[in-house]
Amino acid sequence: MLEVRDLSVEIAAGREKLRVVEGVSFSVGRGEAVGLVGESGSGKSMSAFAILNLFPSPHARIAGGDIWLEGRNLRGLSAREWRGVRGAQIGMVFQDPSSYLDPLIPVGRQVAETLRAHGRNEGAEARVLELLDLMELPSPAEVARKYPHELSGGMRQRILIAAALALRPALLIADEPTTALDVTVQAGILDLLTRLRVELDLGILLITHDLGVVAETCQQVHVMYAGTIVEQNEVGALFRQPRHPYSQGLLGSMLGPDSRAGNLFSIPGSVPGARDMPAGCRFHPRCPIFQPGLCDTGEPALVDRTGGGSDRCRRSGEFDNAWRRTA
Amino acid sequence: MSTPILEARSVSQLFPIRSRQRLFARTVMQRAVDGISVSIHPGEVVALVGESGSGKSTLGRMLLGLLPPSEGSIHFRGEPVAGLSGDAARRFRREVQVVFQDTGASLNPRHTIGQSVALPLQHNLRLPAGEVGRRVDTLLDQVGLAPARFRERLPHELSGGQRQRVGIARALASEPSVIIADEPVSALDVSVRAQVLELLDRLRRQRQLAYLFITHDLGVVRALADRVLVMQGGQLVESGEVDALLTSPQHAYTQRLLAATPVPDPARQAQRLAQALAGRPA
Repeated sequence: MLEVRDLSVEIAAGREKLRVVEGVSFSVGRGEAVGLVGESGSGKSMSAFAILNLFPSPHARIAGGDIWLEGRNLRGLSAREWRGVRGAQIGMVFQDPSSYLDPLIPVGRQVAETLRAHGRNEGAEARVLELLDLMELPSPAEVARKYPHELSGGMRQRILIAAALALRPALLIADEPTTALDVTVQAGILDLLTRLRVELDLGILLITHDLGVVAETCQQVHVMYAGTIVEQNEVGALFRQPRHPYSQGLLGSMLGPDSRAGNLFSIPGSVPGARDMPAGCRFHPRCPIFQPGLCDTGEPALVDRTGGGSDRCRRSGEFDNAWRRTA
Repeated sequence: MSTPILEARSVSQLFPIRSRQRLFARTVMQRAVDGISVSIHPGEVVALVGESGSGKSTLGRMLLGLLPPSEGSIHFRGEPVAGLSGDAARRFRREVQVVFQDTGASLNPRHTIGQSVALPLQHNLRLPAGEVGRRVDTLLDQVGLAPARFRERLPHELSGGQRQRVGIARALASEPSVIIADEPVSALDVSVRAQVLELLDRLRRQRQLAYLFITHDLGVVRALADRVLVMQGGQLVESGEVDALLTSPQHAYTQRLLAATPVPDPARQAQRLAQALAGRPA
């Protein structure tokens, strides 16, 4: 349904042009949840903004690649055509629900606004109540009359998901939708997204830094590092047997039941900025199995591996865990 | 046992809530915190968990001396905080530090990172100018921010995780004996989170630094805390040693929190899906 091919995003900083996303490809099918995981600065949010052609800064733009949505290439659409796509074909929700709601308007009217903006005035009210009910909000009619401040963070996020799905888009892009919420509330929202995916046959692109959230919600995962996808696989396989040293390190840094201060693992160094991108593999300065001559020349390609999945490591498969050097 | 550094003795916090129904309605008092006692000893890490609105942040603010309790009292090294003045009050403010959840909002947008971290060194420790610069670099280095790269930056040029580390460096600058931290590592990327947790643990062992962590992250609680307190509706509903409490939680909220915490195990997906589909209220 959604097919992103070789997407690159550029930010103009004075005379310089910084590539913050480079050659990213992925697809999302109907009824499928795909996770885009990475740390801050990995380019995961920029990739999502690119799909919507909705950048937070006027200096950012798509520099290359194609975005196919249900057989139509979105690259080259006019601003007017884009407005028809956003909301109607692609719904979106973001991290902080409060900042996307108008504090002075009852939430029901804000959900209806999506419908009205696309000229669906008729039956808008009934549709809003139907949506709020779909979001598992108790007594929808009452909730619709409330102002954002009268609702909890979890309820506000449900309102925004309702607005995002008002026009029955086939795809929902959710950028850190639960990061600002309590753990118990987060679980409720993730369960809701899963239910909507199955019941509405909705495609979901979930952008998050939380591998736990991905493990419980997504079927496919793409791990991003420094603007590129370094590994892609089906969720079970990726968690069972990550192949790229970065994925292995990321999984190793998660706090598990046996993690205690004193034995915590972390990847040394920090994510390079777009200005000082290392030559060759972008991860090589931090990599435990970096091999001079092999890893620091030419950008490694994303290679399909036997048994499924793909990764960008030239020494892929040599170690189960490169950090512990166990072959 | 030693004298606790910081202690709350059956503190309550009452907030008036106005009824919107009638103009002359009697003001109703809401007990945000209801008769809680907590003590934090040197080198101890106490975790405070609870859902939003349970009163945990209000308790934190009372312990910091930012909000006088409506009932009960806060004690610093055995002395009631309400009665402190002069040097004793200054000592309390220096030794009890805070790391806010939203560090961005607590940094002066016009101060460079170096200036923000230097302030407590100048005011609280009264260090000579030459020493301040050196100490700022050490502190930034400790939290994983290369001094040469970050000293002259402004807060808006930093990511959320980097600002959070500035907040931690600034709290450490005063050489505190206890830090009250509201979700200190939840905004950090996983690879940095471990580094900061190790730093906090090292300071605890080297300097007997104590912490009160207000958090939802049970991974963090397990990794660092000695004791957990669980709050709900302003009251303490469960407390105990970390491993014991997380192995067999008694209270419904604690059980819910444990069940809700995402784990890196895709095998749980099927179970969650079944739950999500079954849990739909008719």
